[in-house]
Amino acid sequence: MNFVAELLPYGSAGFTAVAALAKSVFFILIFVMLLAGILTWMERRQSAMMQDRVGPNRANIGPLKFWGITHFLADALKMIFKEDFVPPKANKVLFALAPMLALAPVLIASAIIPFGAPLCYGRLTEVVAPGTCAAPVDLQIAHLDAGLLFYFAIASLAVYGAALAGWASHNKWALMGGMRASSQMMSYEVTMGMAVMAMFLIYGTLEPGAMVNLQGDNPLHWGIVGLPQVIAFVLFLTSAIAESKRTPFDIPEGESEIIGYFVEYSGMRFGMFYLGEFVEIITSSALVITVFFGGWRFPGAEALAASLPNILFVLISFAVWALKVFLFCSFQLLIRWSLPRLRADQLLRLGWQRLLPISLANVVVAAVWVLLVGK
Amino acid sequence: MATTIKTVERPAGFRRKTYLLAILEGLWVTFRHLMNNWVGNVLGRRAKTDIATLSYPEEKKAYPERNRGLHRLMKRENGEVRCVACMMCPTVCPAHCITIVPEDAPGSIEKRPRIFEIDELRCVVCGLCVEACPCDAIRMDTKVHALPTIRRADAILDKEALLSRGETSTATQGGVGAFWREKVKS
Repeated sequence: MNFVAELLPYGSAGFTAVAALAKSVFFILIFVMLLAGILTWMERRQSAMMQDRVGPNRANIGPLKFWGITHFLADALKMIFKEDFVPPKANKVLFALAPMLALAPVLIASAIIPFGAPLCYGRLTEVVAPGTCAAPVDLQIAHLDAGLLFYFAIASLAVYGAALAGWASHNKWALMGGMRASSQMMSYEVTMGMAVMAMFLIYGTLEPGAMVNLQGDNPLHWGIVGLPQVIAFVLFLTSAIAESKRTPFDIPEGESEIIGYFVEYSGMRFGMFYLGEFVEIITSSALVITVFFGGWRFPGAEALAASLPNILFVLISFAVWALKVFLFCSFQLLIRWSLPRLRADQLLRLGWQRLLPISLANVVVAAVWVLLVGK
Repeated sequence: MATTIKTVERPAGFRRKTYLLAILEGLWVTFRHLMNNWVGNVLGRRAKTDIATLSYPEEKKAYPERNRGLHRLMKRENGEVRCVACMMCPTVCPAHCITIVPEDAPGSIEKRPRIFEIDELRCVVCGLCVEACPCDAIRMDTKVHALPTIRRADAILDKEALLSRGETSTATQGGVGAFWREKVKS
């Protein structure tokens, strides 16, 4: 451990690069991708259980069945070996670019999410009292002051994926799906931003890591508690589901009518759209957990941090955070399999005439709340 | 024809209009099912859950007593075919799927099928052959489906195949009541 600390002293350029790379690989490539894969299985399994069915439980590796959890590996294998069909009249460049534009922004946007307590560099095996560490490493890939604004800026790029896919496919249904997707995502982005605006006023910061620290260990002090906070939570959740284009807002897809902007896609290119949808669930869940449910914090965290080796406590905090995110993903699946789809005009009316005015009013309510109740 | 417009009333009341409370109610219903089924499934008590699915090859639904499955030919006590080639079943068969070529049989039986074939692809599973048989020689109580085959010819079951599922019938060959003849004799 010591020779690592000598080779890469805290704060040096090499250290920053290695730390950022390690965090990116661990968080995005391992955690998010693996959870997104598992979610594709869980969606089918959970919906089956909700509808009194059994769901996929057959896939196995030799005698190991794990309730069929390896279905996502079988699915990935299937998608890799499927024919990669490109329509003859499609715009080849944009057709290839669209799935990447759908997947990449949501992965990048997850960089601002803090996923655990800070590591104490060089003192991993010692007990480190909170706030006494000289070389803390935040478990957050990008520590940006713009924070959530960065998230919105990047996540709004995902609309290009859907719109380009619809246009480049040279297919009427795909084009309609792409147009529906762009109108829907643009409408709900406004509400999403406004909902979080109320939370900005209450926290006085845009930085997710600082928000988690402000919330503290006590669940009664978490972001969800309070009137404008609850309204902001409902608004944010609604528009986050609309952003991920899933039922009850799956009009761009409209499985029974137009299939959607990815109707011409097959194989792994379709897989990227599919995976992007689930990554978006994870990212939005992680964001909700960060802003409203205390991030990695849990009751008794301070006391635990002062009595356990640093590395162990960080692992526990990460596990708590992962559990919270997992449960919230499951809650999103519950919503997706309980509600019927809205009509296109109902969707836009809900977005512009109901949610947007409420979210604007909520900003005022939050401002008054900050004046009267405090933060 | 004059156009009539029927206005469909939207659900009234605060609870429905805000959607939120109604949505929570709906979520509670699906959540209840999820928890009930999931916990029961993990604990291995699927029978107590609401799950209606059967894991097919491992679990099979018991067929009702009178289910009509693949045909079989019953055997005599000495293991020979019980059929006396009376041609009742090919006569009654509406699908003409039964082929019988009779031959002389040694002893008191006199007649038996040399060839007994049933084309299971033609069979409409009506069960009339079983009704028509005076000897309890043909039955459809195997509870086995027509088997998938690669060639159509493989779906034609011959005498050996039909006998392979057969067992000894407990019915008296020639019917009950042979004793009235004996009474006349005495």
